[in-house]
Amino acid sequence: MTFGSIDAWWWPFLFILVAGWLATDAWRFLGVYFGGRISEDSDVLVLVRTVATALVAAVIGNLIIFPSGELAGTPVGLRIGAAAIGFAAYMLLGRRVLVGIIAGEVALLAGLYLL
Amino acid sequence: MSDEATAISLDAEADTAGRLVWYLRGVRAAFSVPGLLLASAHIGFAGLAKEAGLTLVQTVFMTGTVWALPANVVLIGGILSGASLPAAAFAVALSSVRLMPMVVALVPELKGTRTPKWFLYFLSHFVAVTSWVLAMERLGGIPREMRTSYYAGLGPTLVLVNMVVVAVVFLLADSLPPTVAAALFLLTPMYFLTSLWGSARERAGHVAMVLGLVLGPAFHLIWPGFDLLLAGLIGGGGAYIFHHMTRKRAAR
Repeated sequence: MTFGSIDAWWWPFLFILVAGWLATDAWRFLGVYFGGRISEDSDVLVLVRTVATALVAAVIGNLIIFPSGELAGTPVGLRIGAAAIGFAAYMLLGRRVLVGIIAGEVALLAGLYLL
Repeated sequence: MSDEATAISLDAEADTAGRLVWYLRGVRAAFSVPGLLLASAHIGFAGLAKEAGLTLVQTVFMTGTVWALPANVVLIGGILSGASLPAAAFAVALSSVRLMPMVVALVPELKGTRTPKWFLYFLSHFVAVTSWVLAMERLGGIPREMRTSYYAGLGPTLVLVNMVVVAVVFLLADSLPPTVAAALFLLTPMYFLTSLWGSARERAGHVAMVLGLVLGPAFHLIWPGFDLLLAGLIGGGGAYIFHHMTRKRAAR
């Protein structure tokens, strides 16, 4: 039951609806239902946030270490270095996301040009 | 028509005009720096989805129905590592639990005195990090009865713009020079690497992020179909334990 396991036009859409739409909108609808009844600081929500953060960070780690497409052809050291430079620029130059993205991209392109 | 009825209909007219104005202001708010950042992350996402073997229609469909980039990136991650439907759904659900407290916090800010419940359910679909941050920042300065109109402009516009962005990138991707394509694939990781760090509410969020970054690739080598779930549960659980240990120490 993987994304590619059933050869029918509707299967990918069903996969996206169940694994994607249902798995996200269910939480949003519960949020409207509970609206104003749960405190943002409750202990359970700390766990909710840490698990979600670790999960997305895991995807980011995979995208940098095991990328797909054209990025896969670049040296792994360059990718980690570019991400680190972008992150450092973000931390040091006023914590602006845009600055971090631009610095990371410039570092990657400079590396590709020099190598 | 009696005088009273005229007054009410005039009132309703003014109300509709006001709603249109605030709706359009909401639309305009989608074209802002946060909106631009989100679009750049979607550029990378489109490239990623194409590489994972998805079609243009599937990717645009996914952008509109799921509408939370972390969830979509996790879903693509699951597809890439060959996760089964239940495993992928579980990983996406875990990555999206935070949408519930976000909506819980937004609803009291958003709803007017006469807002029907179904409209709140409809608007909640458009809640994701960008529109939520913009709304929480700006709703306070908007007349209460106009807030749903404003958000109805902001949320759906962000979705539509990014559906278009994804489609355009999908069509252009093959004609891009390799260097540009490589740079495009770095957009999404760079976006989350920085915005995830910035949005952490407590130190534990930073610990969770570092653990996830390391555990994701580590579990990818050991158990590909379950890498995200394991990294999320172990990394998140570890950060939660850290949160309690440091709090106890601080209390002593």
